[in-house]
Amino acid sequence: MAHASHHDDHAHHGPPKGIVRWLTTTNHKDIGTMYLVFSLAMFLLGGLFAFVVRAELFQPGLQLVNPEFFNQMTTMHALVMVFGAVMPATVGLANWMIPMQIGAADMALPRMNLFSFWLLFFAFTLLLATFFVPGGAPASGWTLYPPLVLQTGAAFPMAIFAIHLMGASSIMGAINVIVTIVNMRAPGMTLLKMPLFSWSWLITAYLLIAVMPVFAGGVTMLLTDYFFDTSFFNAAGGGDPVLFQHVFWFFGHPEVYIMILPSFGIVSEIIPTFSRKPIFGYEAMVYAIASIAFLSFIVWAHHMFTVGMPLSGQLFFTLSTMLIAVPTGVKIFNWTATLWRGSISFEPPMLFALAFLFLFTIGGLSGLMLAIVPADFQYHDTYFVVAHFHYVLVPGAVFGIMAAVYYWLPKWTGHMYDMRLGNWHFWLSAVFVNVLFFPQHFVGLAGMPRRIPDYATQFADWNMVSSIGAFGFGLSQLLFVWLIVKCARGGERATAGVWDWPHGLEWTVPSPAPYHTFEKAPEVH
Amino acid sequence: MHIAIRFLKRSVAAGVLASLAALPARADWSLVNMPRGVSDLSREIHSMHMIMLWICTVIAILTFGAMIVAMMRFRKSKGAVADQKLLHNARLEAAWTIVPVLILVGMAIPSVDKLIRIEDTSGSELTIKATGHQWYWQYEYLGTDVSFYSHLARASNFARQKRSGIDPASVDHYLLDVDKPLVIPTGVKVRLLLTANDVIHAWWVPDFGMKRDAIPGFINEIWVRVDPDKPGTYRGQCAELCGADHGFMPIVVIAKPRAEFDAWLEEQKAAATQIAATE
Repeated sequence: MAHASHHDDHAHHGPPKGIVRWLTTTNHKDIGTMYLVFSLAMFLLGGLFAFVVRAELFQPGLQLVNPEFFNQMTTMHALVMVFGAVMPATVGLANWMIPMQIGAADMALPRMNLFSFWLLFFAFTLLLATFFVPGGAPASGWTLYPPLVLQTGAAFPMAIFAIHLMGASSIMGAINVIVTIVNMRAPGMTLLKMPLFSWSWLITAYLLIAVMPVFAGGVTMLLTDYFFDTSFFNAAGGGDPVLFQHVFWFFGHPEVYIMILPSFGIVSEIIPTFSRKPIFGYEAMVYAIASIAFLSFIVWAHHMFTVGMPLSGQLFFTLSTMLIAVPTGVKIFNWTATLWRGSISFEPPMLFALAFLFLFTIGGLSGLMLAIVPADFQYHDTYFVVAHFHYVLVPGAVFGIMAAVYYWLPKWTGHMYDMRLGNWHFWLSAVFVNVLFFPQHFVGLAGMPRRIPDYATQFADWNMVSSIGAFGFGLSQLLFVWLIVKCARGGERATAGVWDWPHGLEWTVPSPAPYHTFEKAPEVH
Repeated sequence: MHIAIRFLKRSVAAGVLASLAALPARADWSLVNMPRGVSDLSREIHSMHMIMLWICTVIAILTFGAMIVAMMRFRKSKGAVADQKLLHNARLEAAWTIVPVLILVGMAIPSVDKLIRIEDTSGSELTIKATGHQWYWQYEYLGTDVSFYSHLARASNFARQKRSGIDPASVDHYLLDVDKPLVIPTGVKVRLLLTANDVIHAWWVPDFGMKRDAIPGFINEIWVRVDPDKPGTYRGQCAELCGADHGFMPIVVIAKPRAEFDAWLEEQKAAATQIAATE
């Protein structure tokens, strides 16, 4: 991450010094670093918002914040975590690793690459500035449902414009990934030889291009409803508030796969390395990702079973949603089969990947329950849903990203990190994440709705446990930051291969990776 | 480094002890599952939930079991050597694609007939329109003049103010109590028409097994038949984020035996006529 000083020693053509380097760089590694540092900062900020939420929910009664500010916290927590932490982290990893995995010298469109980053930066400046305008930050939930979202104050146009900028940034990032992978693979690197992380990102990029414009269209309609008296979502003018939900979730469901697919790719890199054998069923893994991506377009209305859909619609979305469990199951079983008859060791990246395997499965199984519509009438909009999507996003997507950092950090910095500290970070995170989210299943089933700042006293016990888990989980992440800073500054020299059983082109270049790699394309056999 | 680790170990231990000591004395740890509810539909949904929960638990035990066995048996520290030839197994892969499909279809089929019954609101004997407002409910007994608002009860409303100094535990049914509850007869199919006046709300009483959005400009329908032998008070909340006081617009339903309900409705009708006359 912050490894500027080390890069310079090894670069073939030294980059400019100081701040100018970071403002003008078109180097994929520098841009990757900027994305990752940005994402880490947003992860801490979004975590701070969650901290406020869990502190207020520590016990019944309102102790710390007003309900309105509570709603701003839940809304901004989600927007920051989704668009500021998880997505930019995967883009940062893509920037760093895709060219090195496919043997390309850089991303195909380096200037656009830098432009995407700074668009994202200013999008977030704008979004976070909404805290300081009359009415405060958006408070309608990240789902932005009208008519409620139309009650937002001065933050409204700022949030919409920020979303437009993020969308443009994501689309450009996605175009860059696709062009790079399609055109710049080293000779011999056929698509079905490509590492699974690059594969997962190629498919993610197509998802982004398909759905970000839909979302942009939806929020633009909100904008015209707000300022120009159109009635897209206003029943009194012939519109329909539920239309927005269809548009939103047509984007929103693929969006959850945009967040998780890169982690699927990461886990598919790490489990083979630390089992010391190749991935089981490589082609099935590729087809599974592709099937999940396709299915993600036809399941959106399972987020809205309670809006009053026709019977046939409810049945269709139940069945299509359950189908996703099939390719997802294939992935889980193939990862398990990769472990089978391996020679397994438990370094921090592997620990995070294994935790992903277990805890993502829990989130997947609760997702299966949520897919069944009559039961969903009970689950919908309760803490059971909150538990479900946090299981797939935190020990799912976020653990995947952390596993990637632990896996490739020596390659980025040229130093081994403190393994003991990494183990501590893992065990504290893995324990607290369950203390945090598992009890939320209970209160949800017992009848606690989500997005409420205060609750009936019978929910008090498990909420307190959940809050304790949250504080523990949040504080544990400071170890992660400390470990990264320490590793960037120095440490035991890393070899080119770093791990016992390295596989893939990124492990053939020295650590830290030189400023320019593969200026001459490698031969892949 | 060692000092830091030791400090970490100590602070974790201290944190665990402190949190155990801080636990409240209330014994609601048992509140971990969906209520069975008080209607045929709610019980069917509950049993469906339980079946799925068990299927998922069995799947979890099998997959986690395989992962744990692999992690125990094939550790490098125990001298395991990787079998680098284990790359495919067409039969196995076909099996773990097809078997889940069968399980999933098996899970989905029972939902069909339940859904058909849930959506069938015909044959109801009483229709009540519920309108969501920011932040209270309005109930109208269609075909009569009976109509009233249902707000968060005053005691809860005082206690829920920021730093009110009132212990929520001292308030009866904190946040789940209203000034004027909805009253319905037991043993009768009651149809509820749901709509909203401003933003989207959702009407949810867990004991009835049913939740549906109340959308401005549109009308949604659900129905409920409380068991004849289960008169009582049932509580729920708005379940769709509807603004600042989303957490403070509860739903309370009193289910009364038919005769008592009829008497209550007559009383309300008389009161409504009286109000109309004085206006």
